[in-house]
Amino acid sequence: MNGEALAFWALATVLVGSALAVVLTKNLFHAVLWLALGLTGTAGVFLLLDAEFLAAVQLLLYAGGIVTIVVFAIVVTERLVGERLSQTSRHLAAGAAASIALAWALVSAVWQRPLALVRAPMAEDLTQIIGDTVQTRFVLPFELLALLMLAGLMSAIYFARPED
Amino acid sequence: MGLQAYLTLAAVVFCIGLFGVITRRNTIGILLGIELMLNSVNINLVAFSRFSGDVTGMIFTVFTICITVTEAALGLAIVILLFRIRRTVMADHLDLLKG
Repeated sequence: MNGEALAFWALATVLVGSALAVVLTKNLFHAVLWLALGLTGTAGVFLLLDAEFLAAVQLLLYAGGIVTIVVFAIVVTERLVGERLSQTSRHLAAGAAASIALAWALVSAVWQRPLALVRAPMAEDLTQIIGDTVQTRFVLPFELLALLMLAGLMSAIYFARPED
Repeated sequence: MGLQAYLTLAAVVFCIGLFGVITRRNTIGILLGIELMLNSVNINLVAFSRFSGDVTGMIFTVFTICITVTEAALGLAIVILLFRIRRTVMADHLDLLKG
């Protein structure tokens, strides 16, 4: 077993384990911390796929941003309600059945036929290529993305503003 | 590792996220499940992009990450707003639109 396979299996174990912990743990705050671990593991998968820039974006925006926002939301709702946000789940059997059925369908579809794609070596600097392509071919979607984020975050602030 | 290994990993994480969305009663817990699902889709995009040698998939991943962060911020703002109105974040109790 070479180094890449070893890293992949380690990351896959971390990712699947933390994902299971996110959906199964009773304490919602612990679930967020497990989600942070899972998102960091995904950044490791991106590194394994030679996408260093995406790994950095993943850590900054996901593991940094989303986890902070969710912790804020938990703190706000918990403080106001005055009780611990431990939580119960419902429809456990139906959820497990639907998830396992979908997983079986997806995995069998993936392995049905050998995919002809082989991993070509990427000699050039991938980060530079991403930057060049974003600023040339994808410049309009990029600007629209900036507009979308501005509108979304402004409306989030508007919704969550203190009551007057 | 081949492309199929990455796709399988993403499919498994996606289904775990789906399980969370179905079973969680807390709205914030449902949002955490959605984050897991979106995250696994990014693994798919990056894996396909890497194995086909086309950088477009990685740029799509940058876009989806940004949109997901906006979605999370907006979703949690709505959760806080709902909490102010209904004093609960349990999805079962949020039945304002029930006919």
